[in-house]
Amino acid sequence: MKYAFPLAAVVALVLIALIGVQIPGMQYFFGVVIPYLAMALFLGGFCYRIISWAKSPVPFKIPTTCGQGYSLPWIKQDKLEAPVNTSQVVARMFLEIFLFRSLWRNTKATVYDGPKLTYESSKWLWLFGILFHYSFLLVVIRHMRLFLDPVPFLVSFVEVGDSLLQIGAPTMYMTDVTLVLGLLFLFGRRLVNPHVRYISLANDYFPLFLIFGVATTGILMRFYLRSDVDINAIKQLAVGLVTLHPTITAEISALFYAHLFLVCALLAYFPFSKLMHMGGVFMSPTRNMANDTRMKRHVNPWNPTIKPHSYAGYEDEFRADMVEQGIPVEKELPPKTDE
Amino acid sequence: MYDSGKIIPGLIIFVLFITIPIWYNHGDAGDAPKPELPKDAKNCVLPVEDIRANHMQLLNTWRDEVLRDGERGSFELDGKQYQKSLMLTCMECHTSKKKFCDTCHDYASVKPYCWDCHIAPVE
Repeated sequence: MKYAFPLAAVVALVLIALIGVQIPGMQYFFGVVIPYLAMALFLGGFCYRIISWAKSPVPFKIPTTCGQGYSLPWIKQDKLEAPVNTSQVVARMFLEIFLFRSLWRNTKATVYDGPKLTYESSKWLWLFGILFHYSFLLVVIRHMRLFLDPVPFLVSFVEVGDSLLQIGAPTMYMTDVTLVLGLLFLFGRRLVNPHVRYISLANDYFPLFLIFGVATTGILMRFYLRSDVDINAIKQLAVGLVTLHPTITAEISALFYAHLFLVCALLAYFPFSKLMHMGGVFMSPTRNMANDTRMKRHVNPWNPTIKPHSYAGYEDEFRADMVEQGIPVEKELPPKTDE
Repeated sequence: MYDSGKIIPGLIIFVLFITIPIWYNHGDAGDAPKPELPKDAKNCVLPVEDIRANHMQLLNTWRDEVLRDGERGSFELDGKQYQKSLMLTCMECHTSKKKFCDTCHDYASVKPYCWDCHIAPVE
């Protein structure tokens, strides 16, 4: 099964961290060496992927348009669906990146008896997709309280907002709930929807399981298995990591190392996976090009340089052969001079 | 490389953004908080590891039992009776909010809402 292997891989990662950290001295390996390696892979790999994309030529102007293109003055142009200039493209990209606009147009095709084919708007993917992504963003911002000393206002503001419901102690975070809900939907649709299930691969399931593992270990650490989760020791390690003077001052729970190891796996895996849509969304030529093929000439960057060769030049080159073969020429051969 | 005028600045902004924690801390890891412990008391209501990890859950349970269920029972510790109370039990030994509670809470940006209802000791 396509999801058995990725699930086993995530379970193996958790076990590696849980067991590995029991070996004396390995706390430094899991707490310092692995995070630095993972961050180096993330940043290096991310830049490598972006630059390799930037080096790929785009032979044709290929924006996807799904609205009325720029035309005669009395025909109303759809500026977002068929942008013709940079500002319209920027507006389109902004809505795509921040509001996932193309998912908003998602439809579901169903065949009824007859046969009768219907298309119906289906916004669930948009809803849970946006829920998941923004929750993840807030979770990352919230975690900055462990990396920044003193904690900036924005971070504590996000945290207070996130725990606004004041449920329990430590207070429940709303984004923890929405992140897991989003993940469960994104996983569930790959199981339930036959079309999506058919095209889902191991590398679709793996990041879902991995992020689910990260969320689960984090939630367990904060709310349930709190023993030895010394937040001050963890913050000292985190601040130490980003100031390049890492220290592990106390015994920290193995669950923390499992959480950290899964995050490191996610960072290291990120540039080489489908998660690169984070950078790729900016690089997509079907989104970031203007639909202005009739206004500006798009030159294929890999076109060879071909010098113009007119018919007159051609005839000049081959005139003698043409006359010899009896092909009519526009300009006769120069009269032979008598010897 | 195509569009390098847009892509290279974009990448530089991305890398600077991701490495904000490095620039923000100025390479200084700072000191860990040192909460001031009471001098005369020897035991807390729970062993030190448990109270450090679970004090907020204990206080939350006390709050629910006392205020919502009206169970103002007391518990015994070293032959003395104590109330389930932040102000009368915890703050009896840990007299200073600033020198005890706030040291760790400020460091880790934890904002407990105890003081929404309780009046903090004047310091």
